[in-house]
Amino acid sequence: MTTTEPITSAGRPGSERAARDPAPDPAGRGTGKVFFLTVLAAASVIFLYPFVWLVVASLKPRDRTFTDPFLPWPVPFRPENYVAVWDAAPMLTWLVNTVVVGVAAALTVTLSSAFVAFGFAYFRFPGRGIVFGSVLATMMLPAAVTLVPTFLIWNAAGLTGTQVPLWAGNLFGSAFYIFLLRQFLLGVPRYVFEAARVDGASYFDLFWRIALPLSRPALIIAFVFELKASWFDLMKPLIYLQDPALYTLPRGLKAVVDQFYQGGDPKWEIVLAASVVTTLPLIVIFFLGQRYFVQGIATTGRR
Amino acid sequence: MKKGAEERTSGEKGAAEKGAASGAAGGEAVAGKAAAEGGRRAGRAGRVRPETRWAYVFLLPWLIGLVLFQAGPMLASLALSFTDYDLIGAPEFAGTANYARMTEDPKVARAIGNTVVYTLLHVPLAIILALALALVLNRITGRAAGAFRTIFYLPSMTPYVAVGVLFLFLLNGQAGMVNAFLALFGVEGPQWTTDPDWILMGIVLMSLWNLGSTTIILFAALRNVPRELSEAAMIDGAGAWQRFRAVTLPMISSALFFVVIINTISSLQMFDQVYTMFFGNQIAQQSYGDAALFYVIYLFQQAFQFLHMGYASALAWVLFVVIAIITLIQVKVGNRLVYYEAEEHAG
Repeated sequence: MTTTEPITSAGRPGSERAARDPAPDPAGRGTGKVFFLTVLAAASVIFLYPFVWLVVASLKPRDRTFTDPFLPWPVPFRPENYVAVWDAAPMLTWLVNTVVVGVAAALTVTLSSAFVAFGFAYFRFPGRGIVFGSVLATMMLPAAVTLVPTFLIWNAAGLTGTQVPLWAGNLFGSAFYIFLLRQFLLGVPRYVFEAARVDGASYFDLFWRIALPLSRPALIIAFVFELKASWFDLMKPLIYLQDPALYTLPRGLKAVVDQFYQGGDPKWEIVLAASVVTTLPLIVIFFLGQRYFVQGIATTGRR
Repeated sequence: MKKGAEERTSGEKGAAEKGAASGAAGGEAVAGKAAAEGGRRAGRAGRVRPETRWAYVFLLPWLIGLVLFQAGPMLASLALSFTDYDLIGAPEFAGTANYARMTEDPKVARAIGNTVVYTLLHVPLAIILALALALVLNRITGRAAGAFRTIFYLPSMTPYVAVGVLFLFLLNGQAGMVNAFLALFGVEGPQWTTDPDWILMGIVLMSLWNLGSTTIILFAALRNVPRELSEAAMIDGAGAWQRFRAVTLPMISSALFFVVIINTISSLQMFDQVYTMFFGNQIAQQSYGDAALFYVIYLFQQAFQFLHMGYASALAWVLFVVIAIITLIQVKVGNRLVYYEAEEHAG
């Protein structure tokens, strides 16, 4: 395998070369490095300050939301906003819904994709090229194309108005993860599987006892990415959920901003606090699984 | 992307043959069992090897999903695009009326215009900025580079709805932070969220906050550029710009091409942030009309607010064809423009 495809080779374990030594710096190491660090620090401020503003503004009273935008702490300090937000909207219910739907979506897609990926990676059979071609082809299929018929299917099944359409499509695997996991499994030496076959293991054993444990890093990548995707999703909840008690956080936040941002009775502090509640858990998840996110982006190009 | 896949499959063949050989050896050990079950069936089912049957057991979820949620819906949506269907009655055949209507619908023209303008602004700006960040990151030692990379990615962990909400505040014309910042330099900022002439610019500005994944992909590609090449060029007297043009750029061209394509395709499907900011609140929407109408937003409205399922399917298919063409260009043109290290070594 001599491919230099960035999406596959860049994320392969060990391919992040040991190029960690600093670049040769013709202009003299000291000044050059200070310059680059300054540029990066300035960029960091631009990327981080909106978060600072969001958190600070969410801790101020309504009439101060927009005052002193460059003051990085809240004056006056009003943590009560975070009590008010639970009263104004069922944030806790939405949080629980988001976690339940997100875990269901991530778990189903990870297991089903690994199952299919094992099929592609282990077996040699007629039609493999064509079927794998269908995996690659659906990667570019925009979700918008299947929006209407997919809705009609769930509608015919009587499942609109429930959370099932938000995750059940994942039972059948997803092209990106199948691709990722297959690549990973192809790196497992074949004799590992053959030895188990000789010992009388069934194909399901090969999948469950060998392929699954060995592809743990790739499984975690698939899991965290799908969890994130589910946590981001606005369109499916807009289409399938009517009852606010079933909303996920993005759908709930959309309802909050519609009600409290504009219109007769603006409650900006509620909107801001709800935004923080929607975002914070994902930031925590990101810091826990950072390695997998960075690796996953470099490997699959998913955002 | 396709090309890489082909290279892989051909590269695999060698491994496959070796695998088949060892498989045959292993196969003998279980032959006793297999012969007992397989022998009887092989007579009836022709010459399908039990291994093939098992392979399809593992592929079954994918094949079901392909029919049920991918290929099936795609064809159904093509069929629906030639009908009038409002969910209540049965679909009525309408010929090409939906497509004809698209060409006359001023909102479609507006939505396409907005989406294309946004894409043409977002993609080059995002990639130039991300490349600049990645190049600077590449000049810094390990640990610090990792920390900055994390910071640049944080905005990408913010759900799009929250991004939309946040920028409603930041871009607020009267008192938002962006205009407060411009005021420091004596510039009076525009009404980003209500002036129809400035709404798209505000959306582009917001989109540039999300450079994280593009930066990570380009940074990973830069790390794979062998140092020796750049050093050799330097010894030959190449300046910084020449080294970038003649060494770095060709070496990361495939990654660059890849991020152009994925950024373009996702820009054409922009929905969440813009819908959060500008739709769903009828009172506010009157002031700026269709200035924020993107293609997928219009598709969504047609399908799920007006229940024009046939018309929405026609809109969807046109989008599909456009994205398919872009992907084809990726495969064809990309292979010609992009420098592949492997070919060079082989040749």
